[in-house]
Amino acid sequence: MTPSFTDLTIGQDLGSRTISVTRQDLVKYAGASGDFNPIHWNESFATGVGLPGVIAHGMFTMGAAVQLVTDWAGDPAAIVDFQTRFTKPVPVTDTTGTDEPGASIEVSGAVGALDEDAKTARVDLTVVSGGQKVLMKAQAVVRLG
Amino acid sequence: MSINPDLQGRSYPAAEVYDVGREKIREFARAVKATHPAHFDLNAAIALGHRDLVAPPTFAIIVAQRADAQLIEDPDSGIDFSRVVHADQRFVHHRPIIAGDRLVAELHVDGVRSMGGGAMITTRSEIFALSEGASRRNVATTTSSILVRGEEQ
Repeated sequence: MTPSFTDLTIGQDLGSRTISVTRQDLVKYAGASGDFNPIHWNESFATGVGLPGVIAHGMFTMGAAVQLVTDWAGDPAAIVDFQTRFTKPVPVTDTTGTDEPGASIEVSGAVGALDEDAKTARVDLTVVSGGQKVLMKAQAVVRLG
Repeated sequence: MSINPDLQGRSYPAAEVYDVGREKIREFARAVKATHPAHFDLNAAIALGHRDLVAPPTFAIIVAQRADAQLIEDPDSGIDFSRVVHADQRFVHHRPIIAGDRLVAELHVDGVRSMGGGAMITTRSEIFALSEGASRRNVATTTSSILVRGEEQ
């Protein structure tokens, strides 16, 4: 159910969720998106360019984080604008063959602004992994009825 | 090799057509752990008023990064892909991307700024859906900044 614009208040909480990430998830994202940069699947390449190890695609994190907003909006087409800055990498440990995630990303959201004329709400996302904010200014504008 | 400062203002015209398929929408949705039925189930998408499956909000990155590749692979740009870091990204949807869309992207280099030994490059892709005849409609505008790290001295 799409929330009604008139029911919204600034600061309203959209809740939170945790996204588990494995090396296999990064391979899947590479294939689906066409972004085959080896820093997202090859440890020695990643460390060779000065990274702590294999890191998630920033676009994986951005794409997974917005699911909280999609579920709240009730229709993915309601998201008319979505932006972020990538501030910290998300290192993903190799846990292949176990049930453990290689990283966890915590996503929470709140209504940050309302536009009465456009009937849109700006949702501000907080996206944290390993105790650090990995996205900044992660904002989705949602058109509501 | 350093970044060519003359890149600013350069454009790359729409090249190959990207055909948006239902299975690609489902595959991309699974890859970003999206679960909304409008990405997977035709009846669910139609019930929301869409003519076919709806792409996730970041799906346009596939088309935008193909357009960016024209710049990155341009020998004249001076960009070393192995030194590229994605700094920011924005999607503005003029209408949702729907299965069956035939998309093309025009790439514009909006900014080139030196940073240390490297550079921050801002690009914009105007993504159009082709329709019957020669008409086309702007469906999304994506902007992206990449940081090309300088060589260590």
